[in-house]
Amino acid sequence: MRAAALAVIALVLAAPAGASEQRPSAAELESELVCPVCESTLDTSNAPVALRMKAFIRERIAAGDTKSEIKASLVDQFGPAVLAEPPKKGFELVAWLLPLAGLALGVIVVGLLAWRWSHARGGDEPADVAEPLDPALERRLDDELARYEP
Amino acid sequence: MTGRIRLVAQIAAVAVVAALLGLLGWKLTQDGSEVTAQLDKGGAPVAPAFTLERLDGKGDLDLASLRGKAVVLNFWASWCGPCKDETPLLQKGWKRWQGKDVVFVGVDVKDFRGDAKDFLARYGVTYSNVYDGKGSTVGRYGVTGFPETYFVDADGKVRYRIAGPVEDAADLDAGIERALAPA
Repeated sequence: MRAAALAVIALVLAAPAGASEQRPSAAELESELVCPVCESTLDTSNAPVALRMKAFIRERIAAGDTKSEIKASLVDQFGPAVLAEPPKKGFELVAWLLPLAGLALGVIVVGLLAWRWSHARGGDEPADVAEPLDPALERRLDDELARYEP
Repeated sequence: MTGRIRLVAQIAAVAVVAALLGLLGWKLTQDGSEVTAQLDKGGAPVAPAFTLERLDGKGDLDLASLRGKAVVLNFWASWCGPCKDETPLLQKGWKRWQGKDVVFVGVDVKDFRGDAKDFLARYGVTYSNVYDGKGSTVGRYGVTGFPETYFVDADGKVRYRIAGPVEDAADLDAGIERALAPA
């Protein structure tokens, strides 16, 4: 039952991505591609080459190309730098891994500092030492407890 | 223990800063052009090597294969307005200098191959043209805009540069004569 629910959720989430891949809009592609001259995304550029690329994107959408095909075609002409997000392979993978490595390093540093801080605090505080009870009081306590024992 | 952690953290911090400085230096040497800097100081820097796909479909063109001849290296793109005005002048110049130990090479940069081929056909360009869609030559030569023309001598050294369009035949000839003059 749980597996079926998860599968439905996965399908619901995957459907828009699939539709976008098969029938991309010019607007989404223009936000995911970079003008090679001005180095801002196409949707914010009016440089001549950006206008030409926008026209190319519209031509390819009209011809029925998928999002991946259009991007691959532009990468073939202008190189991978035309992608706003670097590809998740080869040297470009570093761009994805470096922030994660930085985050992991930050967690380790914070963890070490917290560990050091908690141990330093522990060392400063006096240890809890139980005071020995007065023998008369201890005897009375034993008697009281004995009354409740079956 | 605390001292060791601090030492490791300090070494790591210094290493990260050194790596970032190294990256910055590498980026500057890739993008910042020695060619234009040396030309501005009156030097004759070696023209950065390249092997690029010819737009006429006849394989690749290696700049080094042109040693022994002066090379007029023109960076252009089909979407560049001033390139449209300049190209007929370059084509006429090529006709005038052809067979005189001078070679013209156009480098089409950050452009669609198809657009570049249409452009060359429209303007009846007959000199060699190569395709550099990724712009790999731009940073190494220090090209600041399009068009831009470099004049390389027979030893492969850049002698002169015209940033922006070549205005007239006299400009072009002056650059070629500099490239042909003995070092």
